[in-house]
Amino acid sequence: MIHTRGLRRTFKGRRGAVEAVAGVDLDVQGGQTFGFLGPNGAGKTTTLRMLSTLLPVTSGQATVAGYDLRHQPAKVRERIGYVSQEGSSYSEVTGRRELVIQGRLYGMNRTAADKRAAELLETLELNDCGDRKTKTYSGGQKRRLDVGIGLMHLPDLLFLDEPTTGLDPQSRARMWDEVRRLRESGTTVFLTTHYLEEADALCDRIAIIDHGKIVAEGTPEELKREVAGDVVLVGPEGPLDKARAVLKGQDFIRELTEEDEVLRLYVDRGEIAMPQIIRLLDGAGVSLATLSLHRPSLDDVFFRKTGRSLRETAP
Amino acid sequence: MKLLRDTWLMFVRYFLIFIGNPAWVIIGVIQPVLYLLLFAPLLKSLVHIPGFPPGGAYNVFVPGLLIQLGLFGASGVGFGLIDELRSGVIARFRVTPVSRLALLLGRAGRDLLTLLIQSLILLLLAIPFGLKPTFIGVVVMLGLVALIGLGMSSLAYAAALALKDENSYAPLVFTLSLPLLLLSGVLLPLQLAPQWLQDIGKANPLSYAVTAARDVFNGNGGSIDVWKGLAIMAALAIVGVAIGARRFSRAIA
Repeated sequence: MIHTRGLRRTFKGRRGAVEAVAGVDLDVQGGQTFGFLGPNGAGKTTTLRMLSTLLPVTSGQATVAGYDLRHQPAKVRERIGYVSQEGSSYSEVTGRRELVIQGRLYGMNRTAADKRAAELLETLELNDCGDRKTKTYSGGQKRRLDVGIGLMHLPDLLFLDEPTTGLDPQSRARMWDEVRRLRESGTTVFLTTHYLEEADALCDRIAIIDHGKIVAEGTPEELKREVAGDVVLVGPEGPLDKARAVLKGQDFIRELTEEDEVLRLYVDRGEIAMPQIIRLLDGAGVSLATLSLHRPSLDDVFFRKTGRSLRETAP
Repeated sequence: MKLLRDTWLMFVRYFLIFIGNPAWVIIGVIQPVLYLLLFAPLLKSLVHIPGFPPGGAYNVFVPGLLIQLGLFGASGVGFGLIDELRSGVIARFRVTPVSRLALLLGRAGRDLLTLLIQSLILLLLAIPFGLKPTFIGVVVMLGLVALIGLGMSSLAYAAALALKDENSYAPLVFTLSLPLLLLSGVLLPLQLAPQWLQDIGKANPLSYAVTAARDVFNGNGGSIDVWKGLAIMAALAIVGVAIGARRFSRAIA
């Protein structure tokens, strides 16, 4: 659905050229929900704007929804939907009218547009406010309307720029449901986010971007496993010495540290390591008080690849 | 065909927004009305000065007033576009297949309608004061105002898209509007000005519109100046629309 090679966007700044996107290679399959994760200023929105034909590409190749991005932008536009960070609706227009005009701009006739708008207002739970001006909408309602506007013409590919930024937890949960529903219906979704949990929860594949370059790519599980492994916390009943002696030097344990009253073991696959740990300690007569497994987070991945924590860079 | 359909869709959108806020029509017409009520009467005593065009104070002043309406009304439209830019709507439309020219013309259509209503209000108010309009005079006058409105709005939109911010747009518009206005003979006929000022006025396209409007209001409909004024305003409109449409195509982000 999306294939890019060497995608680049350079801005002419006051102090010379600024490379907002410095050579991005992407492969997004149809039907996938693909996530672009990175801190603010990493180049996520710029990449999105290029892929949705809003910004010209400085150099590189790209195919979006089956058409060449640079030479056939009009064809690309017919197949994609775009939900920006700023919003898609004007304060003085009602939600329904925004939906209808959107449909009509794609060639739908009046009846078809009205019908589709009514469907979307229903699905997105906007029936109560559909005929009020959008200036009366809450943040969550506006964002849902924006998604509806992007979906009016049933695009194959939907771009979502920071879909839940600024939303309260309830609105965010609803948005996540909406994205999952899109996936079920077969729509390809390309979303950008700086929220780790969001990328983890929604995406089939993630690319982590920093300073205009992709620093890591894969499924959430692959990324987390590749970089951080799992953490097993071993809390023996007595002092730690005996347990430490048994476990130290074992092949499957990459690193062993102490933290409060527990041993912190960095392993590759926690679910395999745990039974081994139990067997070893049992064999040595060490009884366990607590044993827990911590899956690594994408923050660990980001940290390993860039040296910075994503959480620190969040607004 | 697609351009007509898209333009109509956009025009209806802006028209409906306009209907929701009709106060803007009145606000736009207040300035010329104040000139009409508070300034025009002073011209009555000037009609006998040599060089003052024929027709009476109001027949000389009101055409200029309508040109002023076209100029200031048009330059104000940029603010609405900047507001829309900020809301993300322009970016959203640019991702759709909608014609870029339609994005401009749909808005301009709404602006022309506003100008038309305001012009009629002004003309009607001027009649009890002594304006003696002729039918052909009014038609050509409105035609001139429409062309100015189209050209100047389009240029205003181009400037708004380039500057994207009220703080840069407002000074630009106000700085350019006033000299354009003063050098077009709107307030007082340029025939009263010293030669150097008249010469500068010749470089201002709007001065030809004012001359044309005055001629046609005074029964001189077939004069060469009328055709000159119409042609220059038509050229202004074409250039303005071309520049405006191109701006809508270019990246805004």
